[in-house]
Amino acid sequence: MDDRLITAIVVVVGVPGVLVGYIWGTEQVLRLFGGRTQPRIRPWLWLLPALGFLGVFLVYPTIGTIIRSLQDKAGTEFVGLANYAWFFSNDNALSALKNNVLWVVFLTVFTVGIGLLISVLVDRVRYESVAKSVIFVPLAVSMVAAGVIWKFMYEYRPPGEPQIGTLNAALGAVGTGPVAFLQAQDFSMNTFALIAVMTWMWTGFAMVIISAALKSINPELLEAARMDGANEWQVFRGIIFPLLVPTLAVVSTTIVITALKAFDVVYTMTSGNLETDVIANLMIKQMFSFGDFGRASAIAVVLLLAIVPIMLFNIRQFRSQEAVR
Amino acid sequence: MTRARYLAPLMALGLVLAACTSASPSASPGTSSGPSASAGPSTGEDDLTGQSVTVIGTWGDAEEEAFLAMVKPWEDATGATVKYTGTRDINTILTTGVASGVLPDLAGLPGPGQMAEYAAAGALKPLDDVLDIATYESETASGLVSLGQADGSTFGVFIKASVKGLIWFNPGLYDYTDNAPATWDDLLTQGAANQGSAQALWCLGIESGAASGWPATDWIEQIVLHQAGPDVYNQWWAGDLAWDSPEIRGAFEVYMNDVVGKSFGGGTNAVATSFLTAGDPLFTSPQGCEFFHQASFITGLGDFPNRTAGTDYNAFPFPSINDAYANAVEGAGDLFGMFHDTPAAKSLMRYLVTADAQNIWVRIGGALSANKNASDYPDDISSTMGSMVANAEMLVFDASDQMPAAMNEAFWSTMVSLTNGSITIDKALSDLDAVAADAYGS
Amino acid sequence: MTTAASTQPRGARPGWFTRARGRVGVHAVLAILMIVWLLPTVGLLVNSFRQPAAVSASGWWEGLIPPYDLTLENYAHVLARNGIADAFINSLFITIPATVIPILVAAFAAYAFSWMEFRGRNLLFVVVVGLLVVPLQTTLIPILRLFASLGINGQFLAVWLAHTGYGLPFAIYLLRNYMGGLPREVFESAAIDGASPVTSFFRLALPMSVPVIAALAIFQFLFVWNDLLVALIYIGAANPDNLPLTVNLANLVNSLGGGWQALGAAAFLSMALPLVVFFSLQRFFVRGIVGGSVKG
Repeated sequence: MDDRLITAIVVVVGVPGVLVGYIWGTEQVLRLFGGRTQPRIRPWLWLLPALGFLGVFLVYPTIGTIIRSLQDKAGTEFVGLANYAWFFSNDNALSALKNNVLWVVFLTVFTVGIGLLISVLVDRVRYESVAKSVIFVPLAVSMVAAGVIWKFMYEYRPPGEPQIGTLNAALGAVGTGPVAFLQAQDFSMNTFALIAVMTWMWTGFAMVIISAALKSINPELLEAARMDGANEWQVFRGIIFPLLVPTLAVVSTTIVITALKAFDVVYTMTSGNLETDVIANLMIKQMFSFGDFGRASAIAVVLLLAIVPIMLFNIRQFRSQEAVR
Repeated sequence: MTRARYLAPLMALGLVLAACTSASPSASPGTSSGPSASAGPSTGEDDLTGQSVTVIGTWGDAEEEAFLAMVKPWEDATGATVKYTGTRDINTILTTGVASGVLPDLAGLPGPGQMAEYAAAGALKPLDDVLDIATYESETASGLVSLGQADGSTFGVFIKASVKGLIWFNPGLYDYTDNAPATWDDLLTQGAANQGSAQALWCLGIESGAASGWPATDWIEQIVLHQAGPDVYNQWWAGDLAWDSPEIRGAFEVYMNDVVGKSFGGGTNAVATSFLTAGDPLFTSPQGCEFFHQASFITGLGDFPNRTAGTDYNAFPFPSINDAYANAVEGAGDLFGMFHDTPAAKSLMRYLVTADAQNIWVRIGGALSANKNASDYPDDISSTMGSMVANAEMLVFDASDQMPAAMNEAFWSTMVSLTNGSITIDKALSDLDAVAADAYGS
Repeated sequence: MTTAASTQPRGARPGWFTRARGRVGVHAVLAILMIVWLLPTVGLLVNSFRQPAAVSASGWWEGLIPPYDLTLENYAHVLARNGIADAFINSLFITIPATVIPILVAAFAAYAFSWMEFRGRNLLFVVVVGLLVVPLQTTLIPILRLFASLGINGQFLAVWLAHTGYGLPFAIYLLRNYMGGLPREVFESAAIDGASPVTSFFRLALPMSVPVIAALAIFQFLFVWNDLLVALIYIGAANPDNLPLTVNLANLVNSLGGGWQALGAAAFLSMALPLVVFFSLQRFFVRGIVGGSVKG
């Protein structure tokens, strides 16, 4: 134990120390170069540690994934786009894709919308800290625990039996029959039930980030506007919202990508049955249950391609943001 | 090999010890006392002080404690330690492990199918030189031995077994203990006649997280087995019989009409209810149902542990549909394999197949032994079930566990959709045939 | 709070009733949201104090009415788990470095992306952000092979490095967005005064970015603390003694899924530390760190 404690202390103190030393060291080295070469080399030196980690842990496996997606299950022969053809002609996969669209749209709209609403409202009340903590707690709960929590919420017993699920008990109190939330396929209710769980968890995430950005808006700007007679809505629309747009873009992008990758909730609560499946869950099944890495890799590549539009949106965002700076 | 020279006398010693201990059922339980003469582990192993064996399995909670209790005498005798990690992500760990070469010494394998794959990949070590195969085969229920084999060698052994297809009932409503229905039709008629205040004939719950649907697959398997026999059953899981064949379709129809149609809360409730608590309505008043079809391990789950065996619950085997197959039994079990043949790992493997070792778990309860000589069951019901496994004339293994993984999962999820009423039998069978065409090819 | 009315050129200042109604509205909305968000967790909390058999038999609200029948047995069961203290320490060993390192590495990169001009900056940045979508599971096998060949699998170093790699895209994204929004004038005047980029970074950018660094620390701590798969794969087979709390607690449930009733107690015990981290870092989310500088 002592051994590991020493290692840990060394790491927590040493690694930052090494990094700081690295940056300082590179700066000294850069002094040897001319004033014009410095700004050209410096950014790459600063980026080097990050690019190193990203290259090893994310880029290198992804290249492997792309290659693997063109191979068969055993990994011995190249089959071109056969895995992709399988994916796009498979009923389950197409149903999952449809669900992913629902996830991307509704998870993002609800988490960012409610996160924004709470950040703005909570800014003006004295119990701000408490309110934010309440919204944040679900994010601290592990996925397994969230599964149990919502099991209690959605629990179903046959009509006429005492209901032990919170929602069905409430429905019973107002006189309607119980609903099997995770089984009902009409209007994709079961998918929405799962999206609700994820929304409950991730709104706190959006809120923390938006709130931090909100706090960095100069209060004098807001006071000046209020003095000029603008009401709260006008202050929000004219000053707060425009200043928050970059942050909202970041949060939305992150949540969209989270929605694309979401599989924990589905895996734990319905296993993708009854048309709740999502493509990340399909990928996991192909990979670890069926052992077909070719198909799993193809699904992963589909995910990679799905974010291209989001990335284009982000580039546009930066350009407009920089034009203003 | 020099090992062979030590093997024979050691095995002889082991057999003698096994004979001694099995002859005296009141031998002291193998708890934390050190190596004792008569009740110690029958391996006679050398000193492995300081070495360790890493084991990964799916057992958690009470099962984990039982496994650790099971290996304790071995640890005491050899001085080695067992480092057990339990996880339900066993598929992920083993798939990643086999692909990357990073594996534990011993592991619980997900099933015979995966065992064969890992063996083919060269990751699993053959056990023919590790165990005395002859002894192992004579001591183990016959159906289970062949399941651990691939390509002519033994790669997996069963540490624990279970019996499927038992019909549980509450003697308080009507006592079937001594006059169980002999045939399926008898069960339906007698069941209806004796239903009394019970709200439905069957309790049914098929939710089970990522494996939801498996209790329904057990139903289909039992009906196929008793309606069409072990040969058809084996052809079916091997992919040689279409899903949309009369035998299988017939089983699906019996399931939908006579089970789901007569279940407590109907299909939607079955899909929404976890199999863990599905049998609890047997103990409410009025009872939710008269019968509950489930495997032997249900006695440790839901409300069962709070009830008294024999008084509050009892079971009879699945009734006959076709008398020719009346004695067919479907079993299942926990398969164990070895990835690294270190001396400590081999020693532990040898120990785990002995009756002594398995008796430890058996005594704790909730498990049946794969070793015919381990019969220290805590109550009559377990004892009966244990001898069902050991002495079955026609023992088959869980069919879906032997199908390719993709087929198995499709079977589970199709049963969920079917039970819920979301799809028809026609659609279910054609979907399954479509998956089969793909899954059995590779 | 605005003081007495000054002259109102545009539209009348809202009267006291409208203002009061506005405030009631704010409180009402917040109250509803808080109740909706809290209710599910309260259900788990109450159930964690009930007998396992009761949890499956009746709704959690039954624990709030007589006969209460509450018990600490779930918590005792969790705390009595074999090796739980070690697992907790392991979690600390894993989480703290895995939080500190990515933030620092990301901070340098984010500063370069926001305040240094170089060709291909935006494109490279977008690629880095795009890496957010790479599914963790596709990296397990190649990285595990790499670790095995370096001999570090089974050790904490493996998960520290892995979590750094996995956490960087989001960290860089968030930090760059925030740093990029800092007032340009501050850096310009520092540069005029002859400050090197290193000085600007440590004396200006970092202190001004404290709120976002606090947010990032909270998230990274949380994700690593609650992670199971990365630790299980990179440490698991080789060295079970180093496994964190998540793996230990996952084993409260047996292979068939039974025993899940204790997961509620486990969740609250496990949640305690991340919440403490959250509360202690909350105070960095204060207004006006940037205060005084003109913005917008």
